[in-house]
Amino acid sequence: MDHLPNLVAEARGAIDAAQDIPALDEVRVRYLGKKGEITALLKGLGKLPPEERPAAGERINQAKQELGSELDRRRQLLEKAALDARLAAERLDVTLPGRGQPGGGLHPVTRTLERIESLFTRIGFDVAVGPEIEDDYHNFEALNIPAHHPARGMADTFYFDATRLLRTHTSPVQVRTMKNEEPPIRIVCPGRVYRSDSDLTHTPMFHQVEGLLVDEDVSFADLKGTIEDFLHAFFERDDLSVRFRPSYFPFTEPSAEVDIQCVMCGGDGCRVCSHSGWLEVMGCGMVHPEVFHHAGIDTERYKGFAFGMGAERLAMLRYGVNDLRLFFENDLRFLRQFA
Amino acid sequence: MKFSEQWLREWVSPQLATQALADQITMAGLEVDAVEPVAAAFKGVVVAEVVDKAQHPDADKLNVCQVVDGSGETVQVVCGAPNVAVGQKVAFAQVGAVLPGDFKIKKAKLRGVESRGMICSASELGLEEETSPGIMELPLDAPAGEDFRAWMGLDDSTIEVDLTPNRGDCLSLKGMAREVGVLNRLAVEGPAMAPVTPTHDETFPVQVRDGERCPRYIGRLIKGVDVTADTPLWMVERLRRSGVRSIDPVVDITNYVMLELGQPLHAFDRANLHERVEVRLARAGEQLTLLDGQEIALRDDTLVIADGRGALAIAGVMGGEHSGVNADTRDIFLESAFFTQLAVAGQARSYGLHTDASHRFERGVDPKLTHDAVERATALLLEITGGEPGPLIEAASAEHLPTPRQIVLRRARLEQALGLSLPAEDVTDILERLGMPVEADDVSWRVAVPSWRFDVAIEEDLIEEVARIHGYNRLPVRRPQARLGLRPDGEAQQPLSRLRRQMVARGYQEAINYSFVAPELQKALLPQAVAPTLANPISSDMSVMRASLFPGLIKALEHNLNRQQSRVRLFETGLIFRGELDELSQIPMMGALVCGNRDPEGWAARGDKVDFFDLKGDLESLLAMGGEPDAWRFEPGEHSALHPGQAARVLYRGEEAGWIGTLHPAVRAELGLKVEAVLFEVRLDVLSQGQLPAFTPLSRYPEVRRDLAMLVDESLPVQSLLDCLREQAGEWLTEINLFDVYQGKGVEDGHKSVALGLTWQHPSRTLNDEEINQLVDAIVTESGQRFGARLRS
Repeated sequence: MDHLPNLVAEARGAIDAAQDIPALDEVRVRYLGKKGEITALLKGLGKLPPEERPAAGERINQAKQELGSELDRRRQLLEKAALDARLAAERLDVTLPGRGQPGGGLHPVTRTLERIESLFTRIGFDVAVGPEIEDDYHNFEALNIPAHHPARGMADTFYFDATRLLRTHTSPVQVRTMKNEEPPIRIVCPGRVYRSDSDLTHTPMFHQVEGLLVDEDVSFADLKGTIEDFLHAFFERDDLSVRFRPSYFPFTEPSAEVDIQCVMCGGDGCRVCSHSGWLEVMGCGMVHPEVFHHAGIDTERYKGFAFGMGAERLAMLRYGVNDLRLFFENDLRFLRQFA
Repeated sequence: MKFSEQWLREWVSPQLATQALADQITMAGLEVDAVEPVAAAFKGVVVAEVVDKAQHPDADKLNVCQVVDGSGETVQVVCGAPNVAVGQKVAFAQVGAVLPGDFKIKKAKLRGVESRGMICSASELGLEEETSPGIMELPLDAPAGEDFRAWMGLDDSTIEVDLTPNRGDCLSLKGMAREVGVLNRLAVEGPAMAPVTPTHDETFPVQVRDGERCPRYIGRLIKGVDVTADTPLWMVERLRRSGVRSIDPVVDITNYVMLELGQPLHAFDRANLHERVEVRLARAGEQLTLLDGQEIALRDDTLVIADGRGALAIAGVMGGEHSGVNADTRDIFLESAFFTQLAVAGQARSYGLHTDASHRFERGVDPKLTHDAVERATALLLEITGGEPGPLIEAASAEHLPTPRQIVLRRARLEQALGLSLPAEDVTDILERLGMPVEADDVSWRVAVPSWRFDVAIEEDLIEEVARIHGYNRLPVRRPQARLGLRPDGEAQQPLSRLRRQMVARGYQEAINYSFVAPELQKALLPQAVAPTLANPISSDMSVMRASLFPGLIKALEHNLNRQQSRVRLFETGLIFRGELDELSQIPMMGALVCGNRDPEGWAARGDKVDFFDLKGDLESLLAMGGEPDAWRFEPGEHSALHPGQAARVLYRGEEAGWIGTLHPAVRAELGLKVEAVLFEVRLDVLSQGQLPAFTPLSRYPEVRRDLAMLVDESLPVQSLLDCLREQAGEWLTEINLFDVYQGKGVEDGHKSVALGLTWQHPSRTLNDEEINQLVDAIVTESGQRFGARLRS
């Protein structure tokens, strides 16, 4: 019994000396295990006189508890050190790039088309598409552009034979929709269109989105409202100035071209807007009665408006692309900029 | 339409600066394309008279001239122009003058002789593009000493208007002035035009055989004109400022009147006219040599001016070479005619022509101009070339002349269309200013359309006119109203946007290729394909419609390989075109191409090349989106563009929907492609199909898994083995996992070992070993019988 303090001191020393969990476990076994030295003291209590037993037992138990908490403390310390060591060993250079397939990207024209579609579908327009090889009737006749009309010279057409051609606009989709559906009609028609023109500012193929709304009591004011809202939303600029200029399209009357304040210079005049401060971005107008006649729509009851825009032009303005031809070269260095 | 601002202001001159005037015109729907000064900047140039000219003592080609320039003294100047002469009025740059290009005139000595200034040529003053050999000769009445720039009115602008095809009425100064007058509420005044009094009775017979196409034809014989006379400078200048080159006085006058009034005119040399002038349709194949020297064979739908011998001109398009005015012409026959739009429409284009005349007649020329124009031209001719005018000869068929149109504009309709109620008197005022007399009542206006407005035919046209003059930007703005209604939306359908994004997520960039491709490329890939060919392609390498997305993807690959981009992953969606025009299919497709390393170069990448299974995995990820991956099959097949051992037909419910494979090495060699590429294309309509998820309850009972390694002939498609397994494995089979395919040591030559993990699970009880053993036995027996497969020991 008298060597208890020594034993405790010895045990403390052993605990502090233990450098890892197994060593610490050995210390625990040596002193507090079933055959441990402290345990042995407890077992030896019986040999003491009964009156000494309680006090001796209390001292031994106290020592046992002290050592127990010492052991726990040391264990925690060692565990933490072990964890720290492991964590240190497992340190990664988190600035290294990640593994695997990097994402690709949509073509900027698709991105633009989808954005336009989404703006219009959100207010109740449907998306309509149609064939690209069209006939003279749907591309011209039904749109009030008879043969030899000077307006045919406005768009140089790719022909296959006397009547089959590559559509010069997506308006044939409007024609087909008006023939097949009853008003109210609200559609946008995105797609590829073709004109035999190729220079710095023209490619023989490009993309258009046309829109059509046919309903009762539709007015030029509705057209203006829709176009202004669209342009503000598309360019995310509520203060963007929009102006409507009288123009001519055979399929609308009245017709207008739409200019926006130049998004490059803010209207001060720059190369992009030919120093006018304005950019022509769309054509639009009220559907010509002749177009309704072809489609079998009652012109007294219904009115409609239509508009059309070039997706490449809008993409160029939106993303600052300065060369139209880049859109069709599919150069990865170009495409990756729109991911 | 290009014209001088000064000229316009002679007709009507609003209190607006040049740019404001141009903006006003633009906003009225006549888009001004350009406003440019008519002369470059220069100063210090005056009108001067050459009063003496002497040979330079030391230079054969130089003259020493004395000029009077209003400075009070005679100025000596050395001049090298061959045409300098005493008595001439010239443009003289005094010492201190600055010519275009910041060229300063200083006192100089030329070969020892003092020269104080320079006598200028038109090109030195920036009035002519080409370098002229001689100095500019001014009219003799030009006032010496006057500032040349001011005297010539060179502080003027050329305004170029890009007119839409409906506004043929503005293809003249008269028309533009009318429009500017309307916009500014100003009266418009043109030059006085009185009929010329004939001085002889001689005419030349005119027969109009086609009154429908030519409702009015007026001719006049003018005898004894001097074609060698000079066109006056003012006219040359006005023509120049309108973009028209001076040729000879007769042509210049006809051009001038056309610009002024909008009526094309033509002058024939009387000496080359025989018997009579006839307006008739050409005989098929009839020959005509045009003014530009081009020889053409006419079609029988072409209206011509002919004489007793044959066609002289295409009516309203272009005159012929042999009947035109030339330097020897003495007597001319002047034509002013009204050809209908339909008579001229398309004619010029069909012969590859486009002339100022055809441009105007196609858009409509005011039938009331015919007389005015011939009188105006006669008067100018008499003034400039002299001559004796004869009486007018006119052939008209009244029944074919356009009848004055009346259109009713309903107030309610106008208000509805514009969303605006304008005071009735404002509407009346706008219409009347446009030259449209109206009779108004409470509910409508009855509007008489003037003879020059071919584009105003229906009520909507009047609505546009009112809106245009009122100002589009002053019209109200409103948002359309609509009834809210939901529309059906197929949940199982995969929208294109989702399919595209799946490809993007798997590392593909979207390409957009032209829909027309080079026939050679298409032929190399798809020798059997039939696709429509363009009649008028931009170039031969864009002349045939693509029958597949492969040609475009390969072209895009080449473009990138040529720019050091060796790892290429592209996809495209769009139509392909199959078949002759009459049974054409326009099929929406999704296609993709991979080439180069599987992973981008990087610290963690192994540098493996992509192969068939990389692309197949990406395609399968698309196929799985519809929720029925088992509806799709890959079947070995042969495709002209693909490696015969690495190509598969893609089937959906047994129907071909596309192809996947490695580009055929022989095709690659033909195209000069050094690297391997794997491609697929699949029909989008099929790809976008799908089915709704259908729930199966989760079993609470344990799964049983058995792994089988089966030895089969190496040529056996694994799919066949899988089909057999599925057939034999009973209804509780939940999964087959093909986890290894092995050939090599331990497997005899010509065979492969296919390792499969099969999992069963019963919804409502635990499966026992015995029943699983039975199923495995059935699998082994059946696949042994069918394919000679056996378990690998």
